[in-house]
Amino acid sequence: MATLSPPATDAFPGGDPHGASGAHAGHKRPGFLRRYVFSTDHKVIGMQFLLTTLLMLFVGGAFALAIRWQLAYPWEPLPILGNALFPTTGGRITPEFYTMLFTMHGTVMVFLVIIPILAGAFGNFLIPLQIGAEDMAFPKLNMASYWIYWPAVFCFGYSYYAAGNFAAGPSSGWTAYPLLSALPDANPGTGPAQSWWLYGLTLVGVSSMMGSVNYLTTIINMRAPGMTLFRMPMSIWGMFITAILQAFALPVLTAASLMLIADRELGTCFFIPTGQLLPGEDAATIGGGQPLLWQHLFWFYSHPAVYIMLLPAMGMVSDMLACHCRKPLFGYKPMIYSMTAIAGLGFVVWGHHMFTSGMNPALGMTFMVSTVLIALPSGIKVFNWIGTIWGGKVRFNTVLLNCAAFVSMFITGGLSGIFMAAVPVDVYFHDTYFIVAHFHYILFGATLFGVFAAIHHWFPKMTGRSMSEGLGQLHFGITFLAFHGVFFPMHMLGMAGMPRRYADPYVHPPFENLLALNEFMTWCAIVMGAAQLLLVANFFGSWAFGKKAGRNPWLANGLEWSAPSPPPHGNFDLPPVCYRGPYEYSSPVVMPDRDYLPQDEPPEMHAVRGA
Amino acid sequence: MAAVAVLAASPGLGWWFPQSYVDEAGAGSLESVNPLGREIDHLFYVILVICGVVFVLTQIGLAWALFGAAGRSRARYLHGNHVLEVVWTLIPAAALFFIAFYQMGAWAKFRVESYYPEGVTPVAEVTARMYEWRIRYPAPGKPLMDTPQPDDLYAVNELLIPAGQPVLIQLRSEDVQHSFSLPQFRIKQDALPGQRIPVWFQADVPGEYVLLCQELCGWGHYKMGGVVKAAPPEEHAAAMAAFAAERRSDGVTVENDEVTAALPDTDSTEPGERN
Repeated sequence: MATLSPPATDAFPGGDPHGASGAHAGHKRPGFLRRYVFSTDHKVIGMQFLLTTLLMLFVGGAFALAIRWQLAYPWEPLPILGNALFPTTGGRITPEFYTMLFTMHGTVMVFLVIIPILAGAFGNFLIPLQIGAEDMAFPKLNMASYWIYWPAVFCFGYSYYAAGNFAAGPSSGWTAYPLLSALPDANPGTGPAQSWWLYGLTLVGVSSMMGSVNYLTTIINMRAPGMTLFRMPMSIWGMFITAILQAFALPVLTAASLMLIADRELGTCFFIPTGQLLPGEDAATIGGGQPLLWQHLFWFYSHPAVYIMLLPAMGMVSDMLACHCRKPLFGYKPMIYSMTAIAGLGFVVWGHHMFTSGMNPALGMTFMVSTVLIALPSGIKVFNWIGTIWGGKVRFNTVLLNCAAFVSMFITGGLSGIFMAAVPVDVYFHDTYFIVAHFHYILFGATLFGVFAAIHHWFPKMTGRSMSEGLGQLHFGITFLAFHGVFFPMHMLGMAGMPRRYADPYVHPPFENLLALNEFMTWCAIVMGAAQLLLVANFFGSWAFGKKAGRNPWLANGLEWSAPSPPPHGNFDLPPVCYRGPYEYSSPVVMPDRDYLPQDEPPEMHAVRGA
Repeated sequence: MAAVAVLAASPGLGWWFPQSYVDEAGAGSLESVNPLGREIDHLFYVILVICGVVFVLTQIGLAWALFGAAGRSRARYLHGNHVLEVVWTLIPAAALFFIAFYQMGAWAKFRVESYYPEGVTPVAEVTARMYEWRIRYPAPGKPLMDTPQPDDLYAVNELLIPAGQPVLIQLRSEDVQHSFSLPQFRIKQDALPGQRIPVWFQADVPGEYVLLCQELCGWGHYKMGGVVKAAPPEEHAAAMAAFAAERRSDGVTVENDEVTAALPDTDSTEPGERN
């Protein structure tokens, strides 16, 4: 069981565990607004991102529950909110609103939760602390990246009111394929709502871009003395590679979304083919555009984005597994190389979203080979994680449970990905629930469980207090079981051919028998949604009343654990010096005494202690 | 401990997995009516076996690593093992290359024109538009032309094909993107505005098969269904002739009663009106 022992403050000569003395005592204490709202402190910005994205997680979750309701009880009045939202239909979800539901669910979860919770929240919080820096390289840019996130939220939210009535949100899916998204009159929800959606998309892109530039500069320039690249914790490697991906792939999406805006607002024809008769117009277009172009541009970003949504979690899980198994990470360099390979290959696999799109079949073959190969570095990572756990002195606490679930679900989601990488099999599975199962196992099963683990792991550093173990394990247990209840059956729905994005699949005879399974899944989803309240209760309850944690409650090695909890503005009492890699757990050098060896402990110290 | 019990469910994934296999056999015990579909099923089972084995082994490995050393007093000090890394790189690499190259044949057959089966006949042009499938047949005995002909026959949501031989449709879209999907044939092809895409398939067994749209096309996406009716070639020819006669009838000729009497009453079973 986890042991929470008092921090070994004696390992930090000159450190004062309870004060902000040291390097930054000279700072003027800024006012409330500068400290908590328009702060340039990376930790405050990280917490702002964390709280905002957790709020958005609930928004996206509410959309998901409404989707699940419709799938389990098609055309029955939506409980609780139904009458308020749909007074004209007796509380029933309309088919057009259903398309808006899954559009917004995907948008919120991808652009407002997963990407910013990893890069914005944990990237911000961890990067300076783990590399031993005072703050980010560009603190004001950092602040801007948070404050430009809110206009994006506003744009996505306002899209529901843009057309003047509530039930007209954007409705062309989070992928916004033209021509549906390019023709304002195509459908309820592709009018002003779609434009606002695109503005929001552009703004989140700008926000991420600011973040990634900042992370790259910080990691390259601001590492503590001795913190060589190959002494960086895996979290930092994950963030670093993610930032590279973002810096190079994101401009493509931004360009694409500007092109789509131009098509809609300025009458250009980037995506609208020649001879297209637009609704309400007499003459056919003469544009020579091509709807496939959007798919190429969109996925050129959005496939790497899948790794943006995963690599930081992979890195953090590597750190947490090593710490809670008290064991060096198995194969540190292979882990880095495989992460790099995933990122590199991630740039050349976007076409696997388009196997049935009508692009040149030869492209299908090349994309298949590159996609299948991406399973290779992913497999190496899994084996190395198992190798890390193997032979460890495992602490079965909330953090480790969530990490183990991460590995387990990453295996499941990764293997189901191979089915879709194989083009002929994908021809059948494309746009069925098999896909939905696959990416929920990766994005929810892997990434979000990794995030749950990371919240519990770094919470003591964020707030100075520990989260409740009991509540944490309860939250994990319910979420884990309910998760499988929701998403595992989706594989079977997919095998049965049930299509995605159908408001009512049961009008088609082959899917009539799937209703019962969908009802079961919906109830699991409701349980899972309710279980997240435990996380919130634990989070805020522990923040207010949790046990004081001290500097290093997990007896971990990273530099962040040598800073006070929570670290003051400027982070460290003394600028840390790094002497070794981050995974010296159970090292024979210090072993009988203790099983960890912090990165900033000078070698002489344990020579003295060991003697 | 509750936590340990919960985590035991992680290899528990291993118990659920066979269920999906049973489910696939149960729900889809109908094997595909399309020879290419059966090939795709075979490829699916090959991957399922490979991935299933890897899945069970890795989940067991994970559980064993987690619980095998429960109560261990100190962790192994171990940074990795190069031989192991090489082994678990090369073996999956071989398996993955096998999987990738094993798929090529079926894919080429489906999409590359020079690998299409012998004697594939274009039977109709299928145009997707918001929430219905418009079908244009050539007049009986004539080939399908790229552009509409005066004697073409039009239908909605009901595609008649001869069974037992490969047929080809030319797929178009009139407005936004759609996807021509025949689950029982295991095929799917997006309909792209501005392009004409050939799709071939074959029904070995006569019958009625569901036709779906599987690319989001608007609020009515879910109900954009149709039906593919496969009949033995002679019956198909007769049905097409009858259909042609029925479409050309101006409703006043009574000389050919015996033909009209033999007609199926297509109007009353218009399948375009699903809700």
